[in-house]
Amino acid sequence: MIETSWLLIAFPAFGALVLLAGGRRTDAWGHWLGCATVIASFVYGLILFLSSDGSTQDTTVFSWIPVSDLQVEFGLRIDALSLAFVLLITGVGSLIHIYATGYMADDPGRRRFFGYFNLFVAAMLILVLGNGFVTLYLGWEGVGLASYLLIGWYQNKPAAATAAKKAFVMNRVGDVGLALAIFLMWSHIGSTQYSEVFAGIGQVDQNVVLAIGLLLLLGACGKSGQFPLQAWLPDAMEGPTPVSALIHAATMVTAGVYLVARSSPIYNANPDAQLAVALVGAFTLLLGAIIGCAYDDIKKVLAYSTVSQIGYMMLAVGLGPFGYALGIMHLLTHGFFKAGLFLGAGSVSHGMHGELDIRRMGGLWRKMPITFVTFGLGYLALIGFPFTAGYFSKDAIIAAAFGQEGWRGWVFGGAALLGAGITAFYMTRLVLMTFFGKARWQELKTADGKEYHPHESPPVMTVPMILLAVGSVGAGAFLALGDTLAEWLTPSVGALQESHGGVIGHSLVPFLVVGISAVGVLLAWLFVGRKDVPVERPQQVSAVVRAARADLYGNALNEALFARPGIWLSRALVFVDNRGVDGLVNGLAALLGGSSGRLRRLQTGFVRSYALTMLIGGFALVGALLMVRFG
Amino acid sequence: MTWLLALILLPLIGSAAVAVLRHNRRVAKLTAFAFSLVTLAMVVPLWLSYDPDGERLQQTTSIDWIPAWGIHISFGVDGIALVMIAVIAVLVPMIVLLFGITDKLPRGRTPGGFLSLILLEQSLTIAVFAATDVFLFYVLFEVMLVPMYFLIGNYGGSNRQYAAVKFFLYSFLGGLIMLAAAIGAYSVAADELGQGTFDWQTLSQAVSQAPLETQTWLFLGFFVAFAVKAPLVPFHTWLPDAAGQAPIGVTVLLVGVLDKVGTFGFLRYSLPMFPDASAELAPLVLVLGVAGILYASIVAAGQTDMKRFVAYVSIAHFGFIALGIFAFTEQAQVGSVTYMLNHSLATGMLIFVLGMVIARGGSTQIPDYGGMSKVTPLLAGFLLVAGLSTMSLPGTNAFVSEFLVLLGSFAAQPVYATLATIGMILAAIYVLWLYQRIMQGPVRGDALVGAGGGPGTAQAPATAARRAIKDVGSRELFVLVPLVALIIGLGVYPKPVLDTVTPSVQPTVSVGEGR
Repeated sequence: MIETSWLLIAFPAFGALVLLAGGRRTDAWGHWLGCATVIASFVYGLILFLSSDGSTQDTTVFSWIPVSDLQVEFGLRIDALSLAFVLLITGVGSLIHIYATGYMADDPGRRRFFGYFNLFVAAMLILVLGNGFVTLYLGWEGVGLASYLLIGWYQNKPAAATAAKKAFVMNRVGDVGLALAIFLMWSHIGSTQYSEVFAGIGQVDQNVVLAIGLLLLLGACGKSGQFPLQAWLPDAMEGPTPVSALIHAATMVTAGVYLVARSSPIYNANPDAQLAVALVGAFTLLLGAIIGCAYDDIKKVLAYSTVSQIGYMMLAVGLGPFGYALGIMHLLTHGFFKAGLFLGAGSVSHGMHGELDIRRMGGLWRKMPITFVTFGLGYLALIGFPFTAGYFSKDAIIAAAFGQEGWRGWVFGGAALLGAGITAFYMTRLVLMTFFGKARWQELKTADGKEYHPHESPPVMTVPMILLAVGSVGAGAFLALGDTLAEWLTPSVGALQESHGGVIGHSLVPFLVVGISAVGVLLAWLFVGRKDVPVERPQQVSAVVRAARADLYGNALNEALFARPGIWLSRALVFVDNRGVDGLVNGLAALLGGSSGRLRRLQTGFVRSYALTMLIGGFALVGALLMVRFG
Repeated sequence: MTWLLALILLPLIGSAAVAVLRHNRRVAKLTAFAFSLVTLAMVVPLWLSYDPDGERLQQTTSIDWIPAWGIHISFGVDGIALVMIAVIAVLVPMIVLLFGITDKLPRGRTPGGFLSLILLEQSLTIAVFAATDVFLFYVLFEVMLVPMYFLIGNYGGSNRQYAAVKFFLYSFLGGLIMLAAAIGAYSVAADELGQGTFDWQTLSQAVSQAPLETQTWLFLGFFVAFAVKAPLVPFHTWLPDAAGQAPIGVTVLLVGVLDKVGTFGFLRYSLPMFPDASAELAPLVLVLGVAGILYASIVAAGQTDMKRFVAYVSIAHFGFIALGIFAFTEQAQVGSVTYMLNHSLATGMLIFVLGMVIARGGSTQIPDYGGMSKVTPLLAGFLLVAGLSTMSLPGTNAFVSEFLVLLGSFAAQPVYATLATIGMILAAIYVLWLYQRIMQGPVRGDALVGAGGGPGTAQAPATAARRAIKDVGSRELFVLVPLVALIIGLGVYPKPVLDTVTPSVQPTVSVGEGR
């Protein structure tokens, strides 16, 4: 069984190859092949899951980069953690693939789209299944490529092209962190395979462990849109909505959480590195939630919500043994409800002629009942309505955060609790403005001057939404009750520790969360529910709102610190290179030659004949010498 | 007759044959293509008969040339030379095949002359990698410039004369300094052995025992020649001019293969002959290497000419190769050798694809293009693959080598290696920005929509017809598909190459480690 686990990757990789190399011949059935390969992987993953007890099994497929002591193998690790991810990626992936056959039906490039989509699934599976950091890196940059291709899907639109490039470059910054961490492992432990790195991490100097932990965190921040590398993720919404659902909500962006959980032996060995993870998570969850309140673009709100929710996951895995399993649990439930929300958003914009501005919507629940109900269930799960998925997974993180001692308990718990309130606010605002209130679209025209005719999407789109909605409601109870997931994950990340004490007791937390969420919902209703919403966004707003609308100046900072100075530097160096370095050499030559005029004459006239003479002379010399030799 | 000798002589004979047949264009082209294919086929037995764990130099032949000075015409290969010879043999048939598509001759030139020079250059380049006599190496190093000089000067762009002369002078003067150093080494060996020799193995054994000061001077002499050839900043300014003016096929040969003689020279000559000086002066080379990576990457990002862009990208890559060689670890040096191979394939493909873009648009200026993926989606895909390999994406061949260089040099020189990783980010920026400017966005640019026309503006019928741009044709596919297969194949399964190269690198590394 385990020896053939590479088939998991091979199915979608084969699909990508056929669809991308097959060209137009495969147009007619390409999207079905794309779905079939992912479903095949899902079925195979399910069989593996059912036959596994979660213990770690490594298998080598082939030797990848062997140079004497360095033995990088292409190998797979089948264990509780990777199997959980396999099921998420291929399960949610299958649903989104099926949805996309409908969503992309009118796109002439649909076959190529499924080629990229399959490429993504293959790379993502390499990422989670690899048994060493280099294999992880292969998948890591592979999903980055797929993400680049799909964000830039509408590549003749400048904004999409720029967003794609931005995503890749910011990810590369994180990737450098990951690469440096790998180099440190090689130079201090002498291997890059998980088994040897984790076995040897105990003997390594603490400062090196800290450095490895922080560098891995940098990589995680890049991929997962965490501070300070969060700015690319909202721009990534330029891609088609199935892409946002699969890549930029459910799977790829959670890879950073996977990385930290996978590297748990490294983080367990150094509390400072762990603390850094938790701090990044706590900060980002607030940052994302605050900005999420200010946007009117349905996908951007969800994107910042993703930033914020991944912040929760990072906070959880930053709590070490108290949180690894909780972070993964929230990752899985988030995979369901956020994917469902994005598919719902896609369904809304599909029915609204591609409109994304919620100020131009309103009252859509009558027109799109299935979308409304499924979106609504995802919404309830996200804000942690009692007994939905988020209630179990998010509350557990908040409780664990409050379970920390001293200032950590207050800071992490406080941030997580406050974040829950803000989440309830921006999500309620989103739902109210989209589905309730006055139907503002009736008096508006689309960008190309047509009337809006909102309508429900076809079953090929709504069925996946319904299934994900079921998951949004049920996944939390399924995973959390009886500690099902925590026990399953124990072989991979260690047993989940329950904190005793902390700053606020476990039993009190659900009441606090529900209370503050209710406040958030109420505030949202006061702002956008009880009165009409203007179609134009108000310009007279407080400094806080202005800052939130400007992404808390994250982009402006990048622009001022890196982009603009970079362009100046590039221009300056091009100038120097053309004039300075070259001029120096030419000047030197002119000096030696007496005058530049003489040099020019030399250049155009004599050297040519000189070279020719040399060639003839060379051959004559060789000939003469050979004659002497053999004569 | 060894396979190696056959590989050197075949293109030489081919060159002569094409020169004789140059009056019939068709026959000349077919002859050139046939010879280049047979040469490529010869690589197979050469590779198969090479035993990585056998003698340091294999397939050796030697005849006396100037016995009085101990000069021989002797050839042989190690794993390093082998991969370089293989990649030349792969690229030349592609250059010949694309001749007429990406390379259009200036008025009054025949294809026969061009192709004859290409084959001559191929023979000389294989010979320079195979030479095992230091004097022979020097002679070939200089003679190799001559066909290249004519290829640039006769067949290049509008400013070709200037570029050709600059190329020639830089390399030639660098070579002369090397000659002086080679003669110096000869006399050192003569003192030591009582009899002078230019035989590489004997000479390097003798010279490597010399005192540090002597070694340092001799090292610097060779260094100048190699640093010009594999242009390290600040010896690099001839390359953008030469690459910018040369025809596409010649640029491939120049950037893809010829320049590797410089980095090859570091490995084959500088390190074994002057081990103490190499270790002593390594920081100098490391500084130049890392500075080159950062400097050339930033300058590449600011280029507006595609061919100059490729030149600066290559200069950055040569920085990586130099870093790996002078880090003195096995992984880094194996990385550098495979970098030489992979850079030839990746950059070769990049130049080919940009040549196809230029052939369609009639301009080398990036601002003359935009949104081309809409017109030529397949060509856009190939440009992206070449670009991804250029930025060392895992899964492509270039990743393996860049990873090895950085990993290996990090273990010995963490500061330099860390600085060099910034080059990874810069590579993503310059590649994706190039791709965006040429291929993405709305269709625009003089080269695509005709002068004066903006996107969406009505075109005069004549202009529109003139701009009927087609996607990749079958002859182009014959070149690009094998390159893609090699790029991905060597990225997924590089073991055969690594196993061939590793034993050849080991003696060089131990030289550096022992000091």
